[in-house]
Amino acid sequence: MSQQSPAARAPQTPESRETAQSHTAGEPRVRAEWPLYEVFVRGKRGLNHVHVGSLHAPDDEMALRHARDVYTRRNEGVSIWVVRSSDIAASSPDEKDPLFAPSGDKVYRHPTFYDIPADVPHM
Amino acid sequence: MTDTTTRTREGVDDAGLQSQFDATIEHGDRIEPRDWMPPGYRRTLVRQVAQHAHSEIIGMQPEGAWVGRAPSLRRKAILLAKVQDEAGHGLYLYSACETLGVSRGELTEKLLSGEQKYSSIFNYPALSYADVGTIGWLVDGAAICNQVPLCRTSYGPYGRAMIRICKEESFHQRQGFELLMTMMRGTDEQRAMVQESVDRFWWPALMMFGPPDADSPNSAQSMAWGIKRNSNDELRQRFVDMTVPQAEALGVRLPDPQLRWNPERGAHDFGQPDWAEFAQVVRGNGPCNAQRIAHRRKAHDEGAWVREAALAYAERQLRAQGGPA
Ligand SMILES: [Fe+2]
Ligand SMILES: [Fe+2]
Repeated sequence: MSQQSPAARAPQTPESRETAQSHTAGEPRVRAEWPLYEVFVRGKRGLNHVHVGSLHAPDDEMALRHARDVYTRRNEGVSIWVVRSSDIAASSPDEKDPLFAPSGDKVYRHPTFYDIPADVPHM
Repeated sequence: MTDTTTRTREGVDDAGLQSQFDATIEHGDRIEPRDWMPPGYRRTLVRQVAQHAHSEIIGMQPEGAWVGRAPSLRRKAILLAKVQDEAGHGLYLYSACETLGVSRGELTEKLLSGEQKYSSIFNYPALSYADVGTIGWLVDGAAICNQVPLCRTSYGPYGRAMIRICKEESFHQRQGFELLMTMMRGTDEQRAMVQESVDRFWWPALMMFGPPDADSPNSAQSMAWGIKRNSNDELRQRFVDMTVPQAEALGVRLPDPQLRWNPERGAHDFGQPDWAEFAQVVRGNGPCNAQRIAHRRKAHDEGAWVREAALAYAERQLRAQGGPA
């Protein structure tokens, strides 16, 4: 159920891996690509951090600085989390995954399961 | 459910995945990065989102050249903020594009090699300071027309990037319009400058919506997939109808002798841009194509040592902390 590829993105296709290799083979130039980070912003006090996108940065500190410039130019947040995309474990993408099945048949977890007379107040 | 036809396991899986995908589109739900999607859908999105990202990045150049020459600190600060937003837009979109399984490095290389395109509008020069206003008013205005429906595009990360972008675009258009209004209240020379600028940008702005629907063979598939929500001609019409009263308020003339209100259609009739010129610019023969890419390549190459040094520093810090060598 838990997969190796990072949460927010498609597993790299063989096709795209090939392209990357053929580029390195064809060109002697070293491509220094910074690792990818996922960015989470708390919009204001009282709210959760929410995923807003990703960016490349050489390390955690620079990822935070870049996130501040890219994702919060207009008071969009009061707090930022960054995490290396490769460090995120994710459930499988299929919503019909057995992971979520147990909650599907437990209708008694929802308030609408219970019939209460309409004249009982505040319920 | 029973299915009596014999199929290979793979065939069954593919059909199942395809019908799941179709159902998601049908319900108006979003496709997310790790969902199965038809290869053509992925290819179309990579092409469109990459082209969109590249447009934001290249689009910084015509206006960026005016930051140092804007006439006041206020105007410089505004223009700088606007150009910085465009960099941000490019980054939101590269981020969305990377969720499709392409890397940032690949995208940059495909821009520099010309394999991926950017909007043809940015191959026109910003010759006068009035162009800064006209670009904000007409070019960002046309971009808004294109982008607002894309907030509901079927691919989740692209739609979310568009929502962030649209929130920022309104400032871009308004600062441009305000700049032009200020100039129109100035001298005759300034008014002439605005008119000359509008004359140059009007037709290229109309081209931003792409070729007429009849010559846009991929549009139907894009609309069936929910990537595009409106046709090129629909959006062009919407833009013209929005812009005409703005031009009146400004006191400028739009350079189209065929432009007039058609009460029967409840819309403006207008002339067609020079599509042969459009084709030339797309093919690389616009006034600034070579200059734009050369500038981008220079910035990329001259920044290489910074990217490499930052990476080396990060690695050294990690080693100093006793992390993996
Ligand atoms: Fe933009
Ligand atoms: Fe803009």
